[in-house]
Formats: sequence, C-alpha cells, structure tokens
Amino acid sequence: MRAVDRLTFPRSLHPGAWWVWAVALAAAASRTQNPVPLALILAVTGFVVAARKSNAPWARSYVAFLKLSLVVIVVRILFQALLSTGAQGPTVLVTLPSLPMPSGSGLKLGGQVTLEAVLRAFYEGLQLATILCCVGAANALGSARRLLRYVPGALYEIGVACVIALTFAPQLVTDAARVRAAHRLRGRNGTGLRSLGRLAMPVLEGALERSVDLAAAMDSRGYGRTTDETASSRRTTTVLVFGGLLGVCVGIYGLLDGTASTWLGLPMLLVGMVVAAAGLHLGGRRSGRTRYRPDPWALPEWLVSGCGAVAAVAVFVDVHVAPEAFFLASVTAVPPVPLLAVVGILVAALPAFLAPPLPVAAAPTTPTAHPLDDRSEVAV
Amino acid sequence: MIELRDVGVTFADAQAPVLSGVDLTIPEGELVLVVGRTGSGKTTLLRTLNGLVPHFSGGTLHGRVVVDGRDTRDHRPRDLADVVGYVGQDPLAGFVTDMVEDELAYGMESLGLAPAVMRKRVEETLDLLGLAEVRSRPVADLSAGQQQRVAIGSVLTTHPRVLVLDEPTSALDPLAAEEVLATLQRLVHDLGLTVVLAEHRLERVVQYADRVVLVPGGSAPVTSGTPEQVLRDAPVAPPVVELGRIAGWDPLPMSVRDARRHAAPLRGRLEGAEGPEPRPAPGETVAVAEHVVVSYGRVPALRGVSTTLSRGETVALMGRNGAGKSTLLKALVGMKKVSSGRVTVDGLDPAGLRPAALLRHVGMVPQVPGDLLYASSVGRECEQADQDSRLPSGSTLALFGRLSPGVGVEMHPRDLSEGQRLTLALAIVLAVRPPLLLLDEPTRGLDYTAKHRLVEILRDLADEGHSVLLATHDVELVAEVASRVLVMADGEIVADGPTAEVVISSPAFAPQVAKVLAPQRWLTPTEVAVALASAEAVSP
Repeated sequence: MRAVDRLTFPRSLHPGAWWVWAVALAAAASRTQNPVPLALILAVTGFVVAARKSNAPWARSYVAFLKLSLVVIVVRILFQALLSTGAQGPTVLVTLPSLPMPSGSGLKLGGQVTLEAVLRAFYEGLQLATILCCVGAANALGSARRLLRYVPGALYEIGVACVIALTFAPQLVTDAARVRAAHRLRGRNGTGLRSLGRLAMPVLEGALERSVDLAAAMDSRGYGRTTDETASSRRTTTVLVFGGLLGVCVGIYGLLDGTASTWLGLPMLLVGMVVAAAGLHLGGRRSGRTRYRPDPWALPEWLVSGCGAVAAVAVFVDVHVAPEAFFLASVTAVPPVPLLAVVGILVAALPAFLAPPLPVAAAPTTPTAHPLDDRSEVAV
Repeated sequence: MIELRDVGVTFADAQAPVLSGVDLTIPEGELVLVVGRTGSGKTTLLRTLNGLVPHFSGGTLHGRVVVDGRDTRDHRPRDLADVVGYVGQDPLAGFVTDMVEDELAYGMESLGLAPAVMRKRVEETLDLLGLAEVRSRPVADLSAGQQQRVAIGSVLTTHPRVLVLDEPTSALDPLAAEEVLATLQRLVHDLGLTVVLAEHRLERVVQYADRVVLVPGGSAPVTSGTPEQVLRDAPVAPPVVELGRIAGWDPLPMSVRDARRHAAPLRGRLEGAEGPEPRPAPGETVAVAEHVVVSYGRVPALRGVSTTLSRGETVALMGRNGAGKSTLLKALVGMKKVSSGRVTVDGLDPAGLRPAALLRHVGMVPQVPGDLLYASSVGRECEQADQDSRLPSGSTLALFGRLSPGVGVEMHPRDLSEGQRLTLALAIVLAVRPPLLLLDEPTRGLDYTAKHRLVEILRDLADEGHSVLLATHDVELVAEVASRVLVMADGEIVADGPTAEVVISSPAFAPQVAKVLAPQRWLTPTEVAVALASAEAVSP
C-alpha cells in the first residue's frame, strides 16, 4: 500500500475529489423540495467542512455561502408573500394593506399572506440555498483555483485566463478603494456618477498596465512555447471538445429535469463525455507542458467522490421508486422521511473521517542552528 | 555572452528612435549596471536582451542582438526562456500562480521538463534564495524583499545563463535591498551567471558592478566602461563618489569600504571645521498625535504613537516595510480611523472634516501619485484642482510651472515622467497651501535629477513654513532634507531626534558620507564641501 492510499497519512485531498463529492450532493438536492433531505444535505456539508477545512483564505468561503443562502431564503419568502398572486392557500396568516395592481400582470402588492405560500417559498428557497452551500463547501475544501491546475492540457489557455481573472478581480477592488481614498485628498466626497467615472480611469489604467506586465512576464517565461500545432488539428480538437461539452450539458439537463424524453438523459451524457474526452486527449497530446507535483488520485479520493456518488444515486433511485415522498402533495402536512435517500445522504458525511487529515507545518527542529549552514550544504 | 551590434529601436508613431547605434559586448559572468534618466531607454535596452523588444512591444529593431549564440531576430522571448531570465519592475505583476512553489515551477512546466527534474530544481532554488520557510505560502502574503527573491527564483529554475532585472531594489527598504543584492552577487560569483540590471539607486548597486552602461537618452550615444570610468564625470553619482571627487581621491571609491581607506586625511582636514548651520528652530505646532492606536482587523498597525509636528520642520519617517509608516500618515490625514488616542491637525480632527475642508489643513501625496490624477491633460487636471479648492483659475498650473518648468499643458498625465507626475500631484495638493504636507515614498522610481529637484522643492517648503512629513526608505534623501527623523518598528516609534543623532549611529539608516567619516558627524557631500571651503578660507 502506498502512503498516499492510507487514510491517516496527512496530506491535502485532490480538489477534484471534493468537487465531485459536492456536485453530487448538489445534484441530489436539485431533485427534491422535501425539507428533510435538504436540511440533511445542508448539515452534511457543514459537518464535513468543519472537520476538514484548512486555514487558507478560501476556506472561509463556506460561511460566506451560508450567509448568501439565508439571504436567498428570506428574499424568496418576501417576494412570494408580498408580490405573487399564485399559489396562495386557505390559511391566512396576516392581511397586509394592499395596493391595486393592473389586472393580468400576475402581480399583487400586499394583501393576504397565507401559510401555504410562505411554506412553499421557504422550501423552494431551501433547495436553492442547499445547492449554494454545496458549492461553498467545494470551494472551501478544494479551492477553485487549485482545481484549475488540473484543467486538461487542451483547455490550458482557458484555465490560465480563469486563474488570472480570479487574481485580478480582488486586485481591482483594492485598487478602487485606494483610488477612492486618494480622491478624498483632493477634496472630493467620492460619491455620485461623476466620481465613478474618475474612479474608473486610474483603476482601469492600472489593471491594463498590470495585464500587459503579466503577459510580458509569461511570454519571457516560456508560456506557449511547447505547443506545436497545425490549424487543422486545432480545429478538430475544438469541435470535439465543444461538441462533447454541449452533449454533456444537454445530458445533465435531461437527467436533472426528469420530464424530458429519456434519450436526452443518460445516453446523451455518456456520448457527450466520450466525445469531449477524445477531444481533450487529442488536444492534450499536442501540449508539451508538464505538471509540477500534482496531487495524487488515490484511495481517499475514490472514497470521498464515491460517498458523494452514493448520496446522489440513492436520492435519484428513491425519487424514481417513491416519488410521493419527494414532491409534497400538501405543503402544510408534516414532510415524509424518504428512508433510502436519508441513508444515502448520511453516507456522504463519511468524508469527514475518510479524507486524510491536513498536514500541520512542523516547527523548526533545531532553532539554534543557523539557517544558512544547512542551506549551503544543499546548494553546493 | 551578450552581443549588441549597432542596435537601434524605433517604436511605431514615434518621431525619434529610443536607442540608436548601441554596440555592446558583455562577457560571461559579469554584473552589469545600466544607468540613465527616467525615459532614457534603459528598460527598452533590457527588453531587447530577451526579445520582448520588438516581438512583444512592437516597433522596429535595427542591428543584431545575440545572446548565447541565439539571435533575437529568429527567437521569440519564449524561445529564449531557458537562456535569459527577465524580471520586470513590479514582481507582483509578473506572478502567474499564487503559491511560492508553483511560481518557481511555472517556467519549467512551460518548457516541459520532467517532474523529477522540476522537483529537484525547485528544492535547490528554495535553498539558494533562502525561501525554504515560505515555500507553501501565497506570494501575496510575502514581504517585498521575499517577493523580489521569488521573482528571481521563478526565472532561475529554467537555468538561464543571463539574468536581466529592471529596478530590482527600488521598492525595497535598505535591508531588503541588501538581501536581494547579496543574492545577485552570489549568483554571479558562485554560478557564473551574467546579470544585467537597471537601477536608479546607484549608491546601493554600483559597488557590486563590474561594468556600468550609461544610457543618456536623446541622441547621445550609449557608453560603457568600468564604474570608475563612467562615474568620473557623469552628471550624477552616488554620495560616496561625490565625496571622492570633492576630496580629490584617485582611484574614485565605489563603496564605503574603499572610501574609508582614503578617509583618514580628510577626517583630519575636517577636524574642528564648522558643522553645517543649524536649521532654524521649528515654529508653532501643526499636528499632534497622542497615544494613537490603529489596527486592521486584529492586526495592530500602530500601538500608541505620540509625536508632534511643527511649522518649518521636515521630518522623515523611517522603518522597514510594514512598520506602520503609511498607517501613521493615513491617520494624520483622516483616511484611517484611530481606535484609541487622538490626532489633531490645526486643532481639528482630520477624520471628522469634510474632504473640501480637509484640503486646507493637510495635504498628502500617496505612494502612487497617479491615484490623484484622472483628467486627460495636465491643464485640465490643474483647472479641476482650482475648482475643487475654489482658487482663482490658473493658480495650480502656475505652481506646477514653478515646480516643474517646461511641461506642455496638453500632455496626458500618464505620459509624464515619474518625477513630473509626482510634482503635478504635489502642485495639486499644495495649491491651497495646507500647513501640513505628507509624502509617502516620494522617491520611488525617481532618477537623480528628479530627486535633486524634489530636494530643492522640499527645502523651499520648509522655509515657507510648511510642516513636511515624509515616509521614505531613501537614506540619502533623509540626509539632504530632514531636520528630524522618526524611526518606527512594529507600530511604535523607537527613535525620535535630530537627523544626525538618529541616523549616524544606525547601521541601516546611515547615509554613505556618515559611514565614511564616522565618528565625525557629516551627512552629505555638500556639507563636507562647504566645510572644506570655509576651513581653507579661514586658514589658507
């Protein structure tokens, strides 16, 4: 057994495994509005993040996503209760003062707020919130930026563009704050449309200059040097990759929607995956790039992504077998507990123990030795 | 190693070539320093060495540039990546990845080296540059000196024969700069690398250089020679060389160590000579900070700083990067709220003032003077400033004309040189004559000529009764203008006193002349020249 296959060997898990796990949970959440499995998925993501997150800056993103989810739920309820005319039930909670709206617009303002409408809005909001939290968990556990390192060779350029965008967006915000502060020094308040224009000038100029600097640096460090390609091979790759990805998208839509015709689902997904994989393989062959210290894909990775898959499959199967437990006949009734789905989702909590623990930076062992001494030994 | 034959560079829609007729041969294993004014074409010259000019920048290159047998005409920059390592002016802008190790590996990944080779070279480079402790940290979290070393390391891993650096120490405090320069010297001595670097701060670098290339700009020819040949009659020189010229030493000293060997007779001549005239005593108090505490989140930036600033005094604020210098300036201008303690300027709290009212009490030129500018021409920028501060039209432009004569009103602020942009920002801030003026790193990117101009301006301001506080790493500037020095460390003021008292005893902050003539208390070559002249006039 290799060290990386052991569950107790401290290392950071391949970000791809976390994303597979999280996306599978999100897919499971997308199939139901029953609050029981949804709340369970939410709890599972929170539990695993708490158990296995690092102290890197991106690990805090789960909390941000959680807050965003709460906002989504609240907004959803407010809109449903105050604005929508549809799906109001018999149980009136309060009657708000109402404004007459043009008939046929489908809108109302105020008026009766019923328990049914509020509950339905809450369940729908909870579904969206759960999916958001899954994405947040993926980002906290395996940062999107680290995942981009594993973009296949054929998509390398797109991956680089994404990484640069991820770096530049926060930089723009800091620049804008700095320039705004500087405008105060010229006696301006820094509010209003005109000052926005003044803000944009130096910020965009700075961003442009940095991009040119970065491009120069990348060029002088050999970016794009090893790709030798002909126009026709590039075209073939592009057609294959994008055709395949399109197939994958259609397939996923068919699978998740559940109402589309059957050939749109799994078969389309499989065909799309094969075509895209062929394209990526072709494109990957022509890129001569190598990869420095890639994270291994070993047993823990298989287990973590497998746990996610188990949850997704359990929910999908259960929806097929017992649909009445997932699509609530009456929102006011106590939601039923779909047993198979619940067990599957609980399996998805296992990565909290199956994923290897994160390494802790070792304290310097010989604090008295001068660091230069052992350094020169290695350098010579 | 590097051959330039009759090289000329003309950029598209430029009237005159940036460089012309450059003939230069740089043998292997030399450390070459490229000097010249801002905008003279130093960066262009450096960029021809790895083909960024003309492949990346556009324009036309005449003549031939051959590096290690490869002609840049047929090789793009990426094809030279294993021969020339190029580090640009802002290391942070050149980082492609966000972790130190990945950044070091990036160039090798592009070249398609085997994983085992990459792993070994990353480890070697981490050790060579002393970066092993920060290997798994994000590059953005490192200190400026460490970032510069990561930038150097990231091009070293492809094992280039030539290293080209554009102003590698201009943004660094003196100690970080020495770290970087020591690293470079080690690369030249131990690995036989050829290093070409451009730098304004000659006093830091010239002692390490085997050869100096002077790019005078305009149509004057590019010359090269040993540091002594070039600096003998160059218009600008580091203080230690100027001291050598005043004292008539031959050969001219390039380092403090060289100079100290000659210095005993000079110290004898200066024995008993009159020191420089003491500056006039400062006037009334302008700004007071009392027990000021400022923190960013849970990171304290100022831990109870107390000081006063008075009219007519120029105070230098020194200390390493991150010691709290910029935060103190921000607190004085009300950009950063103090969490305890009190800041008053003219008896008012700057954070409570409306921006329009703030202008009349305190002005600040930020680290990037361009942040203050947004109009499309110098003229419009000045008009805008007049309107903002309700001055008669034309007053800011008149002030700018006095500070920096001969700049066209129609020029775009972006096209000004670094020094001109600083003076434009200075003119805008000074137009309403605030009693307190704050400057954050004003000499970053300034050449010697622009710096001399800045010194004159700052002296005039002090004479007119302004109180000036400048945060700076530039010890020579401090020696020239400051009457008092505050040294900060870890958010506290650790030294506060007259310039001579504070800097002479400090290894990091002492100017070169002070180091040469210690234990006597001289700070600048000019002081020494004046003292010698008066001593001779008294006893011929």
